[in-house]
Amino acid sequence: MKKYSRETSVGIFVLIGLLCVGYLTIKLGRMELLSDKGYTVHARFTSITGLRVGAEVEIAGVPVGRVAGITLAPDKPVAMVSLRMQEGVHLTDDVIASVKTSGLIGDKYIKLSPGGSPDQLGEGDEITETESAIDIESLISKYVFGGV
Amino acid sequence: MSTGPGILAPVTALGAATLRLLGEMGAMFLFLADGLRLIFASPKQIPKILNQVFVIGSKSLFVILLIGVFTGMVLGLQGYYTLVKFGSEGLLGAAVALSLIRELGPVLTAIMVTGRAGSSMAAEIGVMRITDQIDALDVMDINPMAYLVAPRIAASLISFPLLTAVFDVVGILGGYVTGVTLLGINEGVYFYRIQSSVEMADITGGFMKSLLFAVIVATVSCYQGYFTHMRRDGVGPEGVSNSTTSAVVLSCVFVLVADYALTSFLL
Amino acid sequence: MRANSGWDIRLDGLAVGYGDHVVLRDVNALLPAGEISMIIGGSGCGKSTLLRHVLGLQRPMAGTLSVGGRDLFALAGRDFRKVRRRMGVLFQDGALLGSLTLGDNVALPLREHTGLPKATVRQIVLHKLALVGLADYADYYPNQLSGGMRKRAGLARAIVMDPPILLCDEPTSGLDPVNAARMDQLLLDMRANFPGMTIVVVSHDLRSLDAIANYVLMLHDGTAAFAGPVDALRASDDPYVRSFLDRRADEDQRTGVSLAPEVQQALDAWLER
Repeated sequence: MKKYSRETSVGIFVLIGLLCVGYLTIKLGRMELLSDKGYTVHARFTSITGLRVGAEVEIAGVPVGRVAGITLAPDKPVAMVSLRMQEGVHLTDDVIASVKTSGLIGDKYIKLSPGGSPDQLGEGDEITETESAIDIESLISKYVFGGV
Repeated sequence: MSTGPGILAPVTALGAATLRLLGEMGAMFLFLADGLRLIFASPKQIPKILNQVFVIGSKSLFVILLIGVFTGMVLGLQGYYTLVKFGSEGLLGAAVALSLIRELGPVLTAIMVTGRAGSSMAAEIGVMRITDQIDALDVMDINPMAYLVAPRIAASLISFPLLTAVFDVVGILGGYVTGVTLLGINEGVYFYRIQSSVEMADITGGFMKSLLFAVIVATVSCYQGYFTHMRRDGVGPEGVSNSTTSAVVLSCVFVLVADYALTSFLL
Repeated sequence: MRANSGWDIRLDGLAVGYGDHVVLRDVNALLPAGEISMIIGGSGCGKSTLLRHVLGLQRPMAGTLSVGGRDLFALAGRDFRKVRRRMGVLFQDGALLGSLTLGDNVALPLREHTGLPKATVRQIVLHKLALVGLADYADYYPNQLSGGMRKRAGLARAIVMDPPILLCDEPTSGLDPVNAARMDQLLLDMRANFPGMTIVVVSHDLRSLDAIANYVLMLHDGTAAFAGPVDALRASDDPYVRSFLDRRADEDQRTGVSLAPEVQQALDAWLER
């Protein structure tokens, strides 16, 4: 195959390789190349079993952000979740954040139910109304062994 | 060396083999350290490295595309029939992408490149050894390690991650072909599941694996070729043929062992 | 005596070998500058091993090896390499790099060690290839050439840096008489073109001995059987020297070699069946 010179074929190879690396890291790995526009709010939950960093944040089923970090709150043994919201999504200060499951055994995500307050949340604010994860296993065992 | 009487003989043989293997691995490690150091010995290394990227990378691209498509396609098939039992065939994208990115991409790429380029590294350097070419470089005051080994290690470090990325992407497309086109999974669900399940940690983990495999394959293959003349199981052309065989076998074994070690470390 | 460049090679009580196995011991010789010295001896007498030591590829087990008045193995890294860069070597089959053309092979030392512009390198390379009669073959790969051409190309590469010392391992082995004579003539040309060059040829070729050698180091039985000018060699009455020069087999090698009677009987019985 003498169609391309050695340099050209190395160039083609590196180009294809870098395109694939780019697709993997930026599109799938969600690497933020430029500082993404948006803001972060926090929410406290008594339990977030199954929620992972990177999980989606939805309003009415529309993705509006991602879970950016999960830590233990410094003052109390509750989960502190950072939500990175897209720019242009406005949250009121009485929004309710709940940990939901897609389907019976699917991934956990955060559902936001907007309220009607006129005050908006900004960078670093905290969502006060939260609903923790429903533990399906304990639900089922309650149902099976009675107690519901 | 005194050998144990009768019943101890196999134990002694095991001990001798262990010591030999440990010595060999130590020698390979020093070989690698020397090779890595010499990558930066002079700017004259750059054209040699590019030349090796051509041999290791460009020439392996086609076979990686081919193997990648078929691996993805078979993962799509197998994954579909397993997941459909639980009614979760929507997770096919995640299953295909995660197995490719975390495991199959780096490992199969390393093994394919071992077969294509690792064997030819061992054979080429081995032939150079038995035809005095390495001694000729030495007496021309051209460090054979810098001339032969360092560019191959550098080129492997460049080529392996790129080939792995190509393998991953092409494999995901292969899974798309079987899952979406043939078995009728919703197209949006396939890609949505991939995007929602793949984490940056999976991708960096896959690249770390491919870098480690690059080092292993290049070092083992060059080492086997470079020390062809020290082999006890054959001299001349027979030695080269044995070197090539051990380069491929040892590279694959080390890759799989290192894969297990690194995976348990990463998880 | 031709011009003396000072790059002579002196072996003092040299012992060489592999591992615990001594191949040669107590070798004393002075290979003078400006002359063609031949290291001769039967197959397996240690000629090539000795050459590997002169090249600095292996360390001697005892004794000293001085190149240009300096003990080669007492020199540290940089100085050692400086001396070795002054040696040009023709290996047995040329040892050209198979992945490069003849031109690139010959240019290799220039490209690695000098910053000369491409055009200059090309001119030097073509000149050296012309010296060995291969000017038209610069773009051929070594495996496209005959053995004799590969050896001549190896010679061109050996002299590309104008070294004061030229070492050749079996330059005429495997060549037909015409090509062998041509190689001998090339070595004579080298002596004429590069006055003061120390040329050392390892060989077992008697015709080359007659044609080119000024000085001889003959190896036999693990040591130097003779070291001196070629005329003294011819006058020598040492039995091994005589048998070598007269191409006679060693008498003692053939006596007492017979099969044990019972083995012979068994063989005969089997053959008669």
